[in-house]
Amino acid sequence: MAVVFKRPHALRDVPMHYCPGCTHGIIHRLIAEVLDELDIEGKTIGVSPVGCTYNNYEYFNCDMQQAAHGRAPAVATGIKRVHPDKVVFTYQGDGDLAAIGTAEIVHAATRGEKITTIFVNNAIYGMTSGQMAPTTLINQVTTTTPYGRKPELHGYPIRVCELLSTLDGAVFVERVSMHDIKNIMNAKKAIKKAFQVQIAGKGFSIVEVLSTCPTNWGKSPDEALKWLKDNMIPMYPLGNFKGKDLEV
Amino acid sequence: MGEKLLMKGNEVIAEAALRAGCRCYFGYPITPQTEIAHYLAKKMPQVGGTFIQAESEIAAINMVYGAAGAGARVMTSSSSPGISLKQEGISYISGAELPAVIVNIVRCGPGLGGILPAQCDYFQAVKGGGHGDYKMVVLAPSSVQELYELTVEAFNIADRYRILTMIMGDGILGQMMETVEFRDEEEIIKVDKDWATTGTEMKRDHNTITSIYINPEVLEKHNQKLQAKYRKIEENEVRVETFNCDGADIIVAAYGTVARIIKNVIKMAEKEGIKVGLIRPITLWPFPVAAFEKYSEVPKAFLSVELNAGQMVEDVRLAVNGKRPVYFHGRMGGMLPTQKEILDKIKEIVKGD
Repeated sequence: MAVVFKRPHALRDVPMHYCPGCTHGIIHRLIAEVLDELDIEGKTIGVSPVGCTYNNYEYFNCDMQQAAHGRAPAVATGIKRVHPDKVVFTYQGDGDLAAIGTAEIVHAATRGEKITTIFVNNAIYGMTSGQMAPTTLINQVTTTTPYGRKPELHGYPIRVCELLSTLDGAVFVERVSMHDIKNIMNAKKAIKKAFQVQIAGKGFSIVEVLSTCPTNWGKSPDEALKWLKDNMIPMYPLGNFKGKDLEV
Repeated sequence: MGEKLLMKGNEVIAEAALRAGCRCYFGYPITPQTEIAHYLAKKMPQVGGTFIQAESEIAAINMVYGAAGAGARVMTSSSSPGISLKQEGISYISGAELPAVIVNIVRCGPGLGGILPAQCDYFQAVKGGGHGDYKMVVLAPSSVQELYELTVEAFNIADRYRILTMIMGDGILGQMMETVEFRDEEEIIKVDKDWATTGTEMKRDHNTITSIYINPEVLEKHNQKLQAKYRKIEENEVRVETFNCDGADIIVAAYGTVARIIKNVIKMAEKEGIKVGLIRPITLWPFPVAAFEKYSEVPKAFLSVELNAGQMVEDVRLAVNGKRPVYFHGRMGGMLPTQKEILDKIKEIVKGD
């Protein structure tokens, strides 16, 4: 019988702990498919963050390190400098990357570290139960903005791709979304290109993935996908910011 | 022994690290230890190593985490305020059992304090400045020669036990020039780092480096394993110098730079008919408890002399365990005790009963 669909080899055969409707599982799968297609599982070392995906080192078959909150780009720098011939990626959420780890991501990109960052932006802190993230939208209700995010009190959402694309060391920067099949396929293309850019030794690459958090948004998985499309994309426009035409 | 050179303490630490096979250094500038970075910035590229001036102490210690987890011999260095910033990483490295070397050329605090020598980070180093039940091996050299020898040894200890090892000096040691005699070849222990993240090459199951154990039963076991390792280190790795202790009237406890001052005080006291002994802990953790127990029946008392408000004195008291009085004399803020003021303190104690 012809196999038309199977688990990528780079993804371990273990149950994931994510909430129903969460898109982390899909993003993990896309990364694993890319590791398979580029045949780099055996030479890849990933870095897990703090947040809902703190233990995603259990979900990938490649070697993995778990980093302190926000420090994944620094940990990845250490790994990559020891093993310049290996492929190193970080997987980080919006609190991890854009709040507590802002310095680490900016400077890893500034140095042009030859690593790849998968940045999952769902506009909220998931694991600690729904607090305001740096990427929380204006008027969005969270457990720490119960009356909505007000610019005069809480400032404005941070656009990571736009920020990082000003840095010379960041050579591939793209924002994608998980809200429908077409965009998921686009996301995979971007993730693959980001890894290829690293393998080609071009510099720092990052893919920001707009994602949902039905549990903390208080929405069904379907409603969450629609909310992402209607509310997040206007604030966080999709597309390539840098490196679209890089030869890899 | 081999080459004999006149060198600055900080440069000797850097040279010793290279000789010990360290090929990764991550740091951030801070006085009075920055010559370590200068030296390695120049030398690392010549030996195919990595030198990164990180964006912060926090980034530097996390680069150490990554590199150590990837199997490298790695070092960072800083001074007191910078070491405070590294505490998060120190705790994670300890939890994940990664071997690495960290240098603290201590300056005076609290806060930004000053840049002059102090020993005010003793508690932070030996009692755990970061969160959780962990220990670091803390080595306290008192000469430039010892800076060299203990830095090499720090890498071996780190690898042998998968533990963070700290070289704790002060601004005097880091900045002073002394002769140092290098060995022709270093004894570098070889350990199989089969736990490191080097890429599976599709030949083994994946390796993971982590310090998180959500299941309390598993985390307790992990802690018990760490504690068993610490007990083994206490058995095997204590280093101490005892000087003039047999027949002494009073024993002074001092480490690092202060111990050098005490050796002069011992000569001065002898002229006044007082025999003073010195116990100089070289490992601040594990603390040389047995050396204090051995001399706990010294006729008069113990005196701990430190560049702080009284920190090691607590460990001296624990070791002496009430058998004799334990006095303290300290200076703070970058001030050093004179030989005369220490001698006066000794005379006051000896004549006091």
